Amino acid sequence: MGAKRRFDMWTVVSLTLLGLFALFLLYPLWGLLRQSVLNAQGEFTLEYFQRFFSYRYYTITIVNSLKVSAAITLVTLILGIPISYFYSFYQLKGAKVLFVVSLLCAMSAPFIGAYSWILLLGRQGVITKFLGDYLGINIGSIYGFGGILFVQSLKLFPLVFIYMNGAFKDIDNSLLEASANMGIVGVRRLFRVILQLTMPTILAASLVVFMRAFADFGTPLLIGEGYRTFPVEIYNQYLGEHGQDYRFAAAISVLAVIMTTAVFLLQKWATSRYDFSISAMNPVEKKKPTGIGGVLMHLYSYILVGIAFLPQAYIVYLSFRNSSGAVFLPGFSLDNYRMAANRLLGRSINNTVFLGLGALAVIVVVAMIIAYLVVRRSNVLNNTIDTLSMIPYVMPGSVIGIALVIAFSNRPFALTGTAAIMMIAWVIRRMPYTIRSATATLQLVPLSVEEAATSLGASKPKTFARITVPMMRNGILSGAILSWITIVTELSSAIILYNNRTITLTMSTYVAISRGNDGLAAAFAAITTAVTAISIIIYLAVSKTEDVQI
Amino acid sequence: MSVGISIRNAFKKFGENVIIPDLSLDVQKGEFFTLLGPSGCGKTTLLRMIAGFNTIDGGEFYFDDRMINDLNPAKRNIGMVFQNYAIFPHMSVRKNVEFGLTNRNMSKTEIRQRAERFLDLMQIGELADRMPNSLSGGQQQRVALARALCIEPDVLLMDEPLSNLDAKLRVEMRTVIKHIQQTIGITTIYVTHDQEEAMAVSDRIAVMNKGVIQHVGTPKNIYQRPANTFVATFIGRSNLLEGELTMKDGLPHLKFANYEAAIPNVKEEFKTPQKIVISIRPEELVVSRRSQEGFKAVIEDSVFLGLNTHYFIRLENGTQVESVTESTIESIIEPGTEVSLTVKTEKVNLFTADGTVNILEGVQNDVISSTKAGGRAQKRLAVG
Ligand SMILES: Nc1ncnc2c1ncn2[C@@H]1O[C@H](COP(=O)(O)OP(=O)(O)OP(=O)(O)O)[C@@H](O)[C@H]1O
Ligand SMILES: [Mg+2]
Repeated sequence: MGAKRRFDMWTVVSLTLLGLFALFLLYPLWGLLRQSVLNAQGEFTLEYFQRFFSYRYYTITIVNSLKVSAAITLVTLILGIPISYFYSFYQLKGAKVLFVVSLLCAMSAPFIGAYSWILLLGRQGVITKFLGDYLGINIGSIYGFGGILFVQSLKLFPLVFIYMNGAFKDIDNSLLEASANMGIVGVRRLFRVILQLTMPTILAASLVVFMRAFADFGTPLLIGEGYRTFPVEIYNQYLGEHGQDYRFAAAISVLAVIMTTAVFLLQKWATSRYDFSISAMNPVEKKKPTGIGGVLMHLYSYILVGIAFLPQAYIVYLSFRNSSGAVFLPGFSLDNYRMAANRLLGRSINNTVFLGLGALAVIVVVAMIIAYLVVRRSNVLNNTIDTLSMIPYVMPGSVIGIALVIAFSNRPFALTGTAAIMMIAWVIRRMPYTIRSATATLQLVPLSVEEAATSLGASKPKTFARITVPMMRNGILSGAILSWITIVTELSSAIILYNNRTITLTMSTYVAISRGNDGLAAAFAAITTAVTAISIIIYLAVSKTEDVQI
Repeated sequence: MSVGISIRNAFKKFGENVIIPDLSLDVQKGEFFTLLGPSGCGKTTLLRMIAGFNTIDGGEFYFDDRMINDLNPAKRNIGMVFQNYAIFPHMSVRKNVEFGLTNRNMSKTEIRQRAERFLDLMQIGELADRMPNSLSGGQQQRVALARALCIEPDVLLMDEPLSNLDAKLRVEMRTVIKHIQQTIGITTIYVTHDQEEAMAVSDRIAVMNKGVIQHVGTPKNIYQRPANTFVATFIGRSNLLEGELTMKDGLPHLKFANYEAAIPNVKEEFKTPQKIVISIRPEELVVSRRSQEGFKAVIEDSVFLGLNTHYFIRLENGTQVESVTESTIESIIEPGTEVSLTVKTEKVNLFTADGTVNILEGVQNDVISSTKAGGRAQKRLAVG
């Protein structure tokens, strides 16, 4: 539309949203920044930053985090691109199963996978023992750098897989035929044409993997041991063994925000250099995999997905085993679940479901409005709101947790320990999924459809409710389910904000793990996994597409 | 219920780009009026200003005597048909057609009856309960038209409504559109790229270039007496030759090379010797192999198209021209053959040397010049 814009309903909506973001996002972040540069007397100081940078004990955590995240990113690309290539260009047997199982692995709670791997490959792990006792093979330690790399790569390669499927699907067959005409086929075509065409997606996938790996808290917490990473350090400083130090934790959090933002901007810059988009008029037809190559493709895909799925399956299996404390005993029963029922299982499920759905309702409404504002009424104000809403996407959860505690522990907003603060954390952390997905859907809806409604005499609210929202429905729904799954598996901010009354499924799992109560932990983990799995199946049924926007 | 539309001194820019500098236009009540012009000339922009989806940066827009500049698009009572149909994908055909009526104070049964009537009028009654994505392009277009007409709008606006259809369906649908428009008698503004389509459906056509209207007239007049060389070359094809106007025995003659022919119908004020541009359509150029009359040329190439044969011909001064003649049973003239050319003088058009004014009588151009636009609108009776 034109330059003249009257002050209307949507302007009020925009300003309200801006106010909410200011209160629940900017104000806490500002508080975090203040804490990091003020001493107990309220004077300006850089001593916390100085302290951080003068001890290798601290700085090493940044180096460690960057190192392990970079390694994870590289390995996920190496694992994920081939499977996606096979999946997209060949008719693999049971392709659907591969896809669904990968998605399940990617979406499961990170620390549950790590925990399960410990039970499999840790010092007392079944595989470790089996190999050691019967074959005399020492598989080495799963703790530390190698362990994080191993667990996270297997968990995150499905992201690359899913992202690349979308990109490969958009390659027009004629491009491949054209390069074949010019004599470029096979591996050369893969590297010189196909991967070049999908470069924006490779970069996007790399960013997502890197960010997740960098911000991941659960895996290094359980499996990192001496290999100390940044998010764990933030948590330890906040609530750790060395006594609480809010201000120092705040200073480290600020560093984390700076770093993640830098990576985010770097990725944006890299992507802008590949400023093209592709879409296929005649998509590539999948070939039948034949001969030894076909066998190898199947082997690769199934072994990879099988290994990634192993921890999920194992934890469910364990949940039905008899147990006593940290040892699993022969025989099967529902004892673990019975025990869980005595340990806040009901409350955990209630909190997860009701607080989660409450947060989700807010997410859906706000995301819908933001998508509309950004796509249809793009201006400085609305683009600011959009950018603000994306900030939490790139931030470690513990940082948001700490910021919220600092902001809302005193009046007038004494929210610490309430259910409200958990929900706020979930909303701001998990909304970007729904916003992205709703925005992407709305962008595909031609403006003329809404104009048609207007020219037929429909008012603005009516056009929005009867035309725009229904057309965004699928996007919103699939985005909402992703937001929901990430809420269900949320650990890093909850661990800072929860208490006994607001405990969730993931927190109960974590508490059981940290107390060494493996049977109980397995039961909680299995339930969490089940909730996640069911949500994913609903998601796939609803979205009817494999273009998952993670 | 239709209205006449008057536009006075419309001005539009996007950012710093002026798209429509100063445009005035009258569309008569009940008229089928077409905007025709090259891509990017501002047709859609003008249409959307009328609909209210583009802001009006200057000038006045009237429906009859009512100024609509600041009227909410939802209140303009306009029926609009979009290039991509803009059917609501989540509603059945019936719900689509009823949508506009639900915004009015009408009872359920009234709404249903009215929708039914328009569904039948567009011959899609049996599709009423289907969802749009199961319809063909032509059917979707009928739904869009039924939906737009169902609210009994004052004005019907269509922006290239047929451009997504294949050639055969385009011809069929344009007949439908023309027929419905005549039945209802609604003032219609139609945008198209397709000259033949414009000729076929329009009462009058406005030819636009770079946001400026060049010629407003009936299809016949625009083709036969184009207002300037832009119109002559944009509508159909024309060979443009630089020649002279001479006076002989008080009669104006066109002179090109050694060729001379009397042109009696030159306007009085132009009856002086001067340089002119001669605009000859391919079918107005007569090729003869043996005649001594006319100007010399050489056939360069020919294309046989069944009904007609096209010749590409090089003149002595080096310009290339095109001629179309009805195919004959004789053999096609070989490339390299010397021929002589004459023109059908009653059909040829002559322009001033700068190409801006047709100097012949019979040009009917309803363009409202910006100086006149301020005063009383130039009036002309509707055609058809
Ligand atoms: N929203 C906009 N912002 C900036 N420039 C625009 C916008 N809409 C149109 N323009 C510009 O205005 C000019 C006229 O566009 P318009 O769409 O009216 O052309 P048109 O005559 O309808 O062309 P076509 O036959 O290709 O549809 C073009 O140069 C176009 O680039
Ligand atoms: Mg247009």
